[in-house]
Amino acid sequence: MPGKSSAAATPGHLPGRLARLALAVFGDVPVRAVILLAALFTLLLIAPWLVNDYLLTVLIVVLYFAFTGQAWNIMMGFAGQLSLGHAIYAGLGGYIAAVLFARFGVAPWIGFLAVIPVAAACGATIGFLAFRFRVAGVYFAILTIAFAEFARIGFDHLDFVNASAGLFLPVAQYAHNDLWHLRGNPTMFYYVILTAAALVFVLCRALLKSRIGYCWLAIREDEQAARAVGIDSFRYKMAAVMISAVITSFAGVFYAFFYNNLFPEQVFNISRSIEMILGPIIGGIGTLFGPILGAFVLTGLAEALNTSLIGLGFDLPGAKHVFYGVCLLLVVVALPDGVWPWLARLIGVAERSQ
Amino acid sequence: MSAMLSLQGVSKRFRGLVAVDGVSFDVADGELFAIIGPNGAGKTTLFNMIAGAIAPDAGSISFAGEAIGGLPPDAICRRGIGRTFQIVRPFPALSVEDNVVVGALLHSLDVGKAREHARDLLRRLDLFDQRGRIAATLTLPDRKRLEVARALATQPKLLLLDEVMAGLRPTESDRMVAILQTLNRDSGLSIVLIEHVMRAVMALASNVLVLDHGIAIAQGKPEVIVRDPAVVRSYLGAEPVERI
Repeated sequence: MPGKSSAAATPGHLPGRLARLALAVFGDVPVRAVILLAALFTLLLIAPWLVNDYLLTVLIVVLYFAFTGQAWNIMMGFAGQLSLGHAIYAGLGGYIAAVLFARFGVAPWIGFLAVIPVAAACGATIGFLAFRFRVAGVYFAILTIAFAEFARIGFDHLDFVNASAGLFLPVAQYAHNDLWHLRGNPTMFYYVILTAAALVFVLCRALLKSRIGYCWLAIREDEQAARAVGIDSFRYKMAAVMISAVITSFAGVFYAFFYNNLFPEQVFNISRSIEMILGPIIGGIGTLFGPILGAFVLTGLAEALNTSLIGLGFDLPGAKHVFYGVCLLLVVVALPDGVWPWLARLIGVAERSQ
Repeated sequence: MSAMLSLQGVSKRFRGLVAVDGVSFDVADGELFAIIGPNGAGKTTLFNMIAGAIAPDAGSISFAGEAIGGLPPDAICRRGIGRTFQIVRPFPALSVEDNVVVGALLHSLDVGKAREHARDLLRRLDLFDQRGRIAATLTLPDRKRLEVARALATQPKLLLLDEVMAGLRPTESDRMVAILQTLNRDSGLSIVLIEHVMRAVMALASNVLVLDHGIAIAQGKPEVIVRDPAVVRSYLGAEPVERI
């Protein structure tokens, strides 16, 4: 984030610099898209006053998947590297922050500072093994699964984090929200994940419109041709996996403090990794808004389906997963590029060369 | 004139097949150099070794006085050698302009400046009006020009062109010849081209190397080469005048 650090270096010009940064990042977006984005963001900002506790929890889950979907999209959508083991980064983030808090009382934001190098190192290890030894495509995906499985089995036997018995965060009734320790009611968590998802959206756009983004797209499109125009593909793929890993690890910190319990069998499970990638696949891999739209479509509609089924007197526990399957099938058959490119053309906000 | 690119006894073997066998030649600074020969003569293999796509088994390749044999392709591009591919490989889902921007970003951290540079090149290669199109939708001649534009965007000192005239109509081919001549004259760009279109070779090259079964069978000025009996026998056929 070069923009951020340079802005921090000269606090006197902060507003001007931020304005210029905003212009650089969003300057060439169609006006209609800016208006729609602003409307959506405003709606999400006031949502806690509009919806009940249940819907707020659904929105938290939606934004959680919008966040992780965007993080995964950096690797797959931008740089073209298929990871099926992103649960490892979320799991590491959750476990490290939770242990630091439960054992030593370290605030999750400080804990996240400890998570960053671990997640980056984990991503770098997987990336180095794959990219140095030319493990690509499906084999790369299998490698990412293998690492997540190592972590699952490893943590299942790690007594320091209570192994398979699970790690629990102390829970109490809080008189007020404690943002610093991430202890409080769902509204606070909602705003945390909304802010995080919005920041990652801005970051993704900034990355995509900068040199690194163009190099990623070139590698995704044709790695040999990318190298022929001087792109050191190893370096850029490493950057993609490390950035994606660090962002995903924050989702893990959030997850741990929102749910207050962590079981290796759950957080490192391959189904966690798959859930993260369904949103971007349905919304549109490689697009900026696709992962967000995908999260709304999947989680939103799945919950709506569940609620209406229960309302009608049916109790079908597997309905959500059947719905996921049907969604995926429909998208693969009808809109192989995802829902967003199609919708963007429909409402006239399609961007060039996405 | 000093040698910009120099190959000494370069060889490459694919299992039993010797694709390139002890080839040596020099390309001077600012020279237009052509490599011709029948299909399977090892021309593209030779190119791939210069560009770093494959490493030579033997011999040395030096560029601007530095040994580059066996370096990876991105490192070779950063030293100033641009290339096109025989089977065109633009970035298919990117726009024409973004394809060239990617190349221009090699020497510019600023996307805006890279875009200006890219547009400049697109104008010179008659692609400016198509800049918003997705590269995959271009016709073959346009994709060939796009590859040249993308390679030029990396600001090479030496450009390797692998059959950029193939599949072009005579007028399109003449246009490409004119563009390359202008580039060579205005910026002193050295060009090594593999070409089957003898019309273009005769118009462009000041020096021609003929490969056959991986061996350099002749080298010299184009008007001398087309009368060389060995070249006529192996490549041009019995009636060289007709082919020109």
